[in-house]
Amino acid sequence: MKLQRNGRSKALAIGAMALVSSLSLAACGSDNNNDTKASGGSSGGSSAAAINCGKSGTLLASGSTAQGNAMDVWKTNFGAACSGSTINYGGGGSGTGVQQFNQGKVQFAGSDSALKPAEVEDSKKVCTGGQGIDLPMVGGLISLIYNIEGVDNLVLDGPTAAKIFDSQITKWNDPAIVALNPGAKLPDADIQAFHRSDDSGTTENLTKYFAKTSGGAWSYPAAKAWAGKGGQSAKESAGVSAQVKQVKNSISYAELSYAQTNNLKSAAINTGAAKPIEATAVNAANTFAKAKVAGTGSDLALTLDYATKDEGSYPLVLVTYEIVCDKGNKADTLDTVKAFLTYAASDAGQKAIGDTGYVPLPKELTDKVNAIIPTLA
Amino acid sequence: MTSSSPAAPRGRERRKRDSRVGDKIFMNAARGSGILLLVIMAAIAGFLTWRSGIALSKNEGNFLTTFEWTPDAPKPVFGIAVLAFGTIVSALIAMAIAVPVAIGIALFISHYAPRKIAQPFAYLVDLLAAVPSVVYGLWGALFLVPHLDGLTSWLNDYLGWTYIFDQSRAGTTPRNLFTVGILLAIMILPIITAVSREVFRQVPRMHEEAALALGATRWEMIRTAVLPFGRPGIISASMLGLGRALGETIAVAIVLSSNNVLSLHLLDPGGGTFAQNIALKFNEAQPFGRDALMASGLVLFVITLLVNGAARLIVARRKEYSGANA
Amino acid sequence: MSTATTSVPADTRLVNRPLTANRLPKWAPAAVAGGSIALGCAIGAIGGLASHLQWGLISAALFVVISYVLSAQVEGRRQAKDRLATSVVWVAFILAVVPLAALTFYTVQQGASVVDGNFLTHSMKGIRTSGPGGGIYHALIGTLEQVGLATAMAAPIGLLTAVYLVEYGRGTLAKVVTFFVDVMTGVPSIVAGLFILSLWNLVLGFNYSGFSGSLALAILMMPVVVRSTEEMLKLVPNELREASYALGVPKWKTILRIVIPTAIGGITTGVMLSVARITGETAPVMMLVFGADYINTNPFDGPQQSLPMYIWQQYSMVNNDFGYARAWGAALVLIAFVMGLNLIARGIARWRSPKGGH
Repeated sequence: MKLQRNGRSKALAIGAMALVSSLSLAACGSDNNNDTKASGGSSGGSSAAAINCGKSGTLLASGSTAQGNAMDVWKTNFGAACSGSTINYGGGGSGTGVQQFNQGKVQFAGSDSALKPAEVEDSKKVCTGGQGIDLPMVGGLISLIYNIEGVDNLVLDGPTAAKIFDSQITKWNDPAIVALNPGAKLPDADIQAFHRSDDSGTTENLTKYFAKTSGGAWSYPAAKAWAGKGGQSAKESAGVSAQVKQVKNSISYAELSYAQTNNLKSAAINTGAAKPIEATAVNAANTFAKAKVAGTGSDLALTLDYATKDEGSYPLVLVTYEIVCDKGNKADTLDTVKAFLTYAASDAGQKAIGDTGYVPLPKELTDKVNAIIPTLA
Repeated sequence: MTSSSPAAPRGRERRKRDSRVGDKIFMNAARGSGILLLVIMAAIAGFLTWRSGIALSKNEGNFLTTFEWTPDAPKPVFGIAVLAFGTIVSALIAMAIAVPVAIGIALFISHYAPRKIAQPFAYLVDLLAAVPSVVYGLWGALFLVPHLDGLTSWLNDYLGWTYIFDQSRAGTTPRNLFTVGILLAIMILPIITAVSREVFRQVPRMHEEAALALGATRWEMIRTAVLPFGRPGIISASMLGLGRALGETIAVAIVLSSNNVLSLHLLDPGGGTFAQNIALKFNEAQPFGRDALMASGLVLFVITLLVNGAARLIVARRKEYSGANA
Repeated sequence: MSTATTSVPADTRLVNRPLTANRLPKWAPAAVAGGSIALGCAIGAIGGLASHLQWGLISAALFVVISYVLSAQVEGRRQAKDRLATSVVWVAFILAVVPLAALTFYTVQQGASVVDGNFLTHSMKGIRTSGPGGGIYHALIGTLEQVGLATAMAAPIGLLTAVYLVEYGRGTLAKVVTFFVDVMTGVPSIVAGLFILSLWNLVLGFNYSGFSGSLALAILMMPVVVRSTEEMLKLVPNELREASYALGVPKWKTILRIVIPTAIGGITTGVMLSVARITGETAPVMMLVFGADYINTNPFDGPQQSLPMYIWQQYSMVNNDFGYARAWGAALVLIAFVMGLNLIARGIARWRSPKGGH
């Protein structure tokens, strides 16, 4: 038996060793990344002074990946200025965000589409005495990103883009594309169209645009889930961008900031205006300037004109909202939510994301948002 | 033995009472944890069945034959046809590749390789069985998929006439069921190998030597003595591998370009599997959509159960050959 | 087994053959292998096949065919078949080594340049995912705590259940438990995650935390622990138990002081192997712990990160070169961790395995 005793104590010793080593590991970790070479808050340094931190706390949020890059910037800057506060943005897609918000798991949600009536009803259970409201925070544009060797200025229009994504047009040298791109060297190659495999607000905005402008070529209802025929799929905006980067003769759709971070080319859109509209922040801002507020009360849901034919107005825009309770937010995090949203809607916050490919919202709109944030309770 | 006998003797009565109380406590603790396990299992099964029942009762499509998965639409329609097809096809491809190769490797380790190579290699295979699936997925997406480009276009060019290997669009990245099958094959290879190797090692030396003494070549010895003896072990090893291939989630979710099309063109991107579908959809799902996912999870559960059950039956018949404990 | 041995043909040709037949020289297989690799590469190069995978496959096929034909010519059909089997087995070996070695090599190659002190001791807090930098410390802590909690729940229950089945289990209850343990091994990990998510987080309303992740992991771990412990306890010779009873030791003390210590090596191995297995589980964890980019050392409150989920997020949500680099770094650490556990387990098994099985 002696040997066995010995065995047990050795096993115990190994266990103890593992425990000790993990404990010693626990002592040496750090959240402080500012001294590393990769301090991300370069654009935040200047605006740090403008941030009013409020009560420190940890915020949980999730939702739209279209605003993922914006959140990345904001939470870095906010975290740099307010060392006590942490913003945890889980991504996952607009649907996830709304779901988790209505389950009371997150303090606010990011979404590419405003709450639907049924979702508003659901939100009343979480927001005691109030309901979920949509605050437009991040303006963006969906760029049709493509990767074709030798083609730098692709022009598409609503019907053609819809047909490409629905596999009605399968070759890059299809007459419909050639007609829009006189002089471009379009290859005789199959089109590799990528769409989102997860449910997505970006998909919903794109299909809304198709429904308005494709002249019937897009026969499916606008929805978060992809309905088109054929093509390949990838998860989240980052996934489709990475695929377009890797695969030749490919096309997909993602928020402009993903095109910029991945150095992808974006197609211009022929809306019927004199010149094809380039996918730039300026052109998108022109569209936002004409957006109307459709929400009532504190809700600032916007209606966008996808069929715009105005000069310099890029039609394929999306606005992503932060969804919060107007009343009945959790008491211990309310202050931090307000502080964070105030920063996000501030000029400094909008400018910071403007540098990474988003579209700063027009002043009249952010003024409205800023008027509502202090009333949250 | 003396060191573990009870402490210094006290009164006989007292000792007896102590032991009876101790026995009772210990036995009840043991039985209690057994029952707890039962309760957990019953809870899982009951919960899944309950939620699936709710989902199925409101499904406007046929659960078995519908392709779409839109349970949260105003008119909920969802079905497992594409998922079942994708799950089974990718698992079958994996088995078709992995089982022969795994038997080959197991034989290599047990009968062919020089001892110096065999032992370390056996360890390596065991270790690879423990590589997490997310790492396989990462490797699959960033290494395997780009490297299979050539092979898929070659298959398309020369075997396109088989319909199965026909690509409807040239130049598509191979994020398809065929690639998933290959990746799963690589993932389950170490498991099948490890178990079969154990079985081959247990072939009675006498049988092998008898065969050799009768003038059999090494292959004839393996065919007549080793393989018949090891067959149940190989089958149960394959079943274990199959079980893992069926339930694999993350690697498939990373590699496959999923959609809701059921196509026999294995080189076209598309299709889906049960587990991958759950992983992609659960976040977005509304309460009803989650119930629908649970219904698909239940189907996967039942399929895995049948496969595992079959494996256990075979192993139980030849219990002594089982090396499967993980 | 008797059927197997009788089928060796007592062929008449065998009797008439001279004792020493023609044989290929010892260096023949190596030469054939070299020749077919050269030929395979030549065909590949001339045919313009882009993928080196095909070159390899052609060489392998050539090797199998050439050695068969050659042997059939020189040594006769039976020997040729033997050669065929040998070359097929070698090819299988190489076929398997290529992807497995590629996986190991690629992970080490990609990960080694990322993993350094900073990577191991820093979280992702304050790091823009579109840029470089950051670390896995928060994920490492999360994984250790979640797996630790899962083990703390699953190991005692699993162990006691196994004790019940082996030492006390007679009758219906034991049979039912055995059956359900079998059933439970078949629960796909994603289903376990979905179950905990629906029941624990949504019906009962608990928040996302490391603990809810470890609940799902515990479900996955329990049956494995029961199975392996059961096997080990069964290997403990009955004589030991009887000797102990004969000395008047009560049953529970016998189990605690004699049976379990005897099998402790095997039990530890089983537990560690199952720990290694759940450490790599991604699907249930990603449903339940929410993920975080900062350090949260409290698994009971608030979101945590875990290593597999970190890899998944860096791939699927970040999906740029910096994300890939971090994912590979984390993958390397995860593999090292899991393999370390495996090696320790095997070490224990080797050094403390109960004798008396086969």
